[in-house]
Amino acid sequence: MARGLKSFFRQLQIDTRLLGMVGALVVLWILFDLVTGGRFLTPRNLFNLSVQTASVAVMATGMVFVIVTRHIDLSVGSLLGLLGMIMGTLQLNILPDIVGSGHWSIWIITCLVGIAVGALVGAFQGWLIGYLAIPAFIVTLGGLLVWRGAAWWVTSGQTVAPLDPTFKLLGGGAEGTLGATGSWILAIIAAVVAVVLIFLSRRRKSTHGFAVKPLWAEYVLAGVSVAVILGFAFVMNSYPIPERAAIRMMEARGEVIPEGGPTLVHGIAIPVVILLVIAIAMTVVARRTRFGRYVFATGGNPDAAELSGINTKFLTVKIFALMGALTAVASVIASARLGAVGNDLGTLDELRVIAAAVIGGTALSGGIGTIYGAIIGALIMQSLQSGMAMVGVDAPLQSIVVGVVLVLAVFIDIVYRKRTGG
Amino acid sequence: MATPLVEMRDMQISFGGIKAVDHVSVDLYPGEVVGLLGHNGAGKSTLIKILSGAYKADGGEILINGEKAVINSPRDARAYNIETIYQTLALADNLDAASNLFLGREIVTPLGFVDDDKMEAETREIMGRLNPNFEKFSAPVSALSGGQRQSVAIARAVYFDARILIMDEPTAALGVHETQMVAELIEQLKAEGIGIFLISHDIQDVFKLCDRVSVMKNGQLVGTERVEDVTEDDVLGMIILGKQPDKNRKTEEPAT
Ligand SMILES: Nc1ncnc2c1ncn2[C@@H]1O[C@H](COP(=O)(O)OP(=O)(O)OP(=O)(O)O)[C@@H](O)[C@H]1O
Ligand SMILES: [Mg+2]
Repeated sequence: MARGLKSFFRQLQIDTRLLGMVGALVVLWILFDLVTGGRFLTPRNLFNLSVQTASVAVMATGMVFVIVTRHIDLSVGSLLGLLGMIMGTLQLNILPDIVGSGHWSIWIITCLVGIAVGALVGAFQGWLIGYLAIPAFIVTLGGLLVWRGAAWWVTSGQTVAPLDPTFKLLGGGAEGTLGATGSWILAIIAAVVAVVLIFLSRRRKSTHGFAVKPLWAEYVLAGVSVAVILGFAFVMNSYPIPERAAIRMMEARGEVIPEGGPTLVHGIAIPVVILLVIAIAMTVVARRTRFGRYVFATGGNPDAAELSGINTKFLTVKIFALMGALTAVASVIASARLGAVGNDLGTLDELRVIAAAVIGGTALSGGIGTIYGAIIGALIMQSLQSGMAMVGVDAPLQSIVVGVVLVLAVFIDIVYRKRTGG
Repeated sequence: MATPLVEMRDMQISFGGIKAVDHVSVDLYPGEVVGLLGHNGAGKSTLIKILSGAYKADGGEILINGEKAVINSPRDARAYNIETIYQTLALADNLDAASNLFLGREIVTPLGFVDDDKMEAETREIMGRLNPNFEKFSAPVSALSGGQRQSVAIARAVYFDARILIMDEPTAALGVHETQMVAELIEQLKAEGIGIFLISHDIQDVFKLCDRVSVMKNGQLVGTERVEDVTEDDVLGMIILGKQPDKNRKTEEPAT
């Protein structure tokens, strides 16, 4: 039986590590659902889980590149706070005076400026690391203190609120979602693209005469992908918007409220859509671009990369600039979700992000890591925290559990790698 | 004779007081194989790493086709069509053979994405010529044997139309058959007019493949001889004792 299963998965040619992570996640979910008497696996909780995961997951995709090149970035939490403060002040106190209060362009300009500043700060840290050869640990430890302090200076410690209404949609409240129809459309497009990609890749391989997996395996893979995508949309669409909020929303849009009350549902949250776009983009960058190839080559053997003509110093600058830009995106999501920017925004996020990447199979020794792994890692971390909070585990015990899980996950990964020689 | 393909004049480099290369001059003509010999730590690898752009010399100059060349990085060296098989192989262990072969020079699609299928197909072709038993195209090179890894490093140097080829102990890990194939490869490249610096500890190999030998000891050049003018014992004497061959004939003494 066990052998049959093994060969089944081997024929599917799915990364066993991916299977392991998904398996761990499923076990975790079922456990929490049993302990909470069915409160964990509800559309409502899964919706919240997806929104809560987005910010850390966005940063975790960038942290993969950082860790793959044998660096670390301890500054992302503080930088997220600083960027939140800058973007909050910009949309609240500066832009209204320039383009007029309530102008449609405020959220766009805010996001662009935030991403640009994030990339600049990241590039600066990358320059210190790449060109001045100061260890990343030290540079970003300094950054952790400096950017948190700088965030305080922006408003002398005052909370910035309320944020621009359009900007707030990016945080995924009741209105910050695609709604029922939008969610189905996105899911169907995603499902079609997934199936097309699976079979295109098969055709490309066979035209080159490379080995392909059996046809039934492709069908299983395509079937599972479609089921997961549509299932996700279905669950998100099963979470109704509370009646009062729904009535307010429909009135604002000038729609007629049907008899028996409104039937609005949430659907897929906008931060999740942002995460999806970034996950796809980062996966393409990692696997299909020279930049991504050089990131992994440098992580595998820095000397070989250098001897191959790769400018590893400038590469470091680019990696940290990308990390900074992604931190800005995460900051948009985090601050928009809260609707306000406080002094402690992003505190300890660096540890969550690093843990997500590492639980997701990124090796601190460099050269190994995947984008999807980091995202699943972020989901596991968030599930643990939400689940424990729901069960009523005390905060100190929560920390202990998360810490133990982190160490255990890395240990299992090391054992797995020794066994498979990967 | 024609202008040399490569002339390294009076090269010097030291690492924290150790003179790893101490006023060494060597040259190389098109279609010629020059063997670099010397004991461990004599400075052979360091000398050729200056030519391949891995190290910057403290002094001396490099001429390529009679013109002064500026080589500050491996990229510069590649621009002069200098290809190198490093003693350490310089492979990224986590990547597969094709990714290593094309590292820094990936084949891209019209949209600018790396074309892994094309690169794998090219890799299969060249490996078929160099090491027909090679099969592990999708495994990371960390999963390869020493000789298989060496084959990948050789394939990388040969694939990109080198004019100057540097081979630092290219057959150290190879089996008899694979070593023979590299020997044939060297003959073939030579016939195409490529100049080769070959570093090796196997004197018989050197005598079979090289036209001239340059011997180094403690960072200095002992001398350069045509192989037909000297015996293996002469060369051993140069390597071990640093003494010139007995026969007092014209040698190409470096101008210092
Ligand atoms: N990066 C470095 N830093 C410090 N010293 C070095 C460095 N590279 C080489 N050396 C020193 O320079 C000297 C020459 O080394 P090199 O590697 O050129 O020797 P080699 O002739 O290639 O020896 P082998 O036959 O063992 O490969 C040695 O004493 C070595 O310790
Ligand atoms: Mg050497």
